[in-house]
Amino acid sequence: MADTRVALCGITLDNPVIPASGTFGYGYEFAKFYDINRLGTFSFKGTTKEPRFGNATPRIAECPSGLLNCVGLQNPGVNAVISDELPKLKKVFRKPVMANVSGFSTEEYVYTASLLDKEEQVGWIELNISCPNVHGGGMAFGTSPKMAYEVVAAVRKEVKKPLIVKLSPNVTDIASVAAACESADADGISLINTVLGMRINLKTRKPLLANITGGLSGPALLPIALRMIYQVYEAVKIPIIGMGGISCAEDVVEAMLAGATAVEIGAANLVNPYACRDIIEALPETMEKYKINKLAEITGGAH
Amino acid sequence: MEERIFTVKSNKLIARDVYEIKLSGDISGMQRPGQFVNIKLDGFYLRRPISVCDISADSLTLIYKTVGNGTEYMSTLQEGKKLDLLTMLGNGYDISKSGSSPLLIGGGCGVPPLYLLAKTLVAEGKSVTIITGFNTKSEMFYKNEFKSLGIRTLVATADGSYGAKGFVTDAMVKCGDFSYTYACGPEPMLKAVYYASKASGQYSFEERMGCGFGACMGCSCKTLYGSKRICKDGPVLEKEEIIWPTQE
Repeated sequence: MADTRVALCGITLDNPVIPASGTFGYGYEFAKFYDINRLGTFSFKGTTKEPRFGNATPRIAECPSGLLNCVGLQNPGVNAVISDELPKLKKVFRKPVMANVSGFSTEEYVYTASLLDKEEQVGWIELNISCPNVHGGGMAFGTSPKMAYEVVAAVRKEVKKPLIVKLSPNVTDIASVAAACESADADGISLINTVLGMRINLKTRKPLLANITGGLSGPALLPIALRMIYQVYEAVKIPIIGMGGISCAEDVVEAMLAGATAVEIGAANLVNPYACRDIIEALPETMEKYKINKLAEITGGAH
Repeated sequence: MEERIFTVKSNKLIARDVYEIKLSGDISGMQRPGQFVNIKLDGFYLRRPISVCDISADSLTLIYKTVGNGTEYMSTLQEGKKLDLLTMLGNGYDISKSGSSPLLIGGGCGVPPLYLLAKTLVAEGKSVTIITGFNTKSEMFYKNEFKSLGIRTLVATADGSYGAKGFVTDAMVKCGDFSYTYACGPEPMLKAVYYASKASGQYSFEERMGCGFGACMGCSCKTLYGSKRICKDGPVLEKEEIIWPTQE
């Protein structure tokens, strides 16, 4: 019997499959399609201190093997997430959930993370210092090791639960940012967020997205993600959640061989709402094909 | 929402750059006018959201305009081709508010969902009037189909090559009083109808979508009742809740 369990910062997951923040809402839209308790866990929509509408539309542009988005962290704000969304989430999901947190200042990150840290169902805090679609925050914190260290250290002081830091690929040396997070006592690293890109409308000769640029996700990202997971695995000892273009069980195995303990799946959920269920169902067969008995044992196997 | 496989029955040009595709498959639960399907196309990452034009027996009719690579590819689909559709998406029109004599207004690609709506309202015994607007006669479609429903059918073309010259709002003044408006079309048309119509109504909007079922927040808009997702909370908004985006 294939053993798909993995341990993520002290919490055992039935399997390593985690829908990525921003592609899964607060879970209940997907709970209508399948039993989301089959997931390892999921990372809910990025939450900020204040409510945010996000950017103007168009926010979506198709690309070869992927899409650009510039949603811009639309969310109802941490207070409404706690009072309205988490009770609804609890009705459809009984496992620990990952709380994705973003902000525009260290104080905002600390405020939002410490409130969500107190919520019983929150198992991990995923600190998003890599959103490319907001100005004056988000990705700015993840582009230098020094800034990453400062925000992670500040949040670390106030957060008791495992703290995972989500990194941007839009940097020269992602391993040095990951190492800075580890030295600030982060418990894990998740990567990669989207790659900054743009498209131009040939008819209007103007940028297609209202925000001009957006983040690329989808299968186009897989090789970039694998390379960065591999690099970060060499640089840190804390667990890695690998993401970026993962669309099938083989991709999960590949990301784990590169160094991931678990994986997040984003864009695939948008084109196939059953993507994560399908991947979980395909895992045992894929493990058998590649002679894997315990999935947890292959992490970093390519090194 | 449900994922269903449909088979292409026919796919033909009905006006300039406008195609009518008929698909056979399980249409149960898909009778609500104003909803859309999201179609997976070979070689394209995102699905293509297309409003439902008609439902009959075991088939689904969609009308689409070729505006880019995805719809260009769609226009080449042959009979027998199997397509993966996410069905029953969006809220659709609420026909309980129509009153006895509703006015339907459609512009260009916004006309198709009004066909199933008109058919449904006629079946409810309503006295339906429809105005369809096009740029020019060669882009016009479904005039006879609407007439065959036995409803009053007016056409406006911007260049005057068919029907009343001008926009749908120019034809509206000839319609007399009506109980309610149902509209679908490009945003400038919806906005013009909004200001030209005294009656309450429902307006169907279009936006570039990621998922089409409410997960990605790609198609959000502001309303008087907070932000809404065009794909999930829309595409139909009540006239009274619409906030028009400020012109840039």
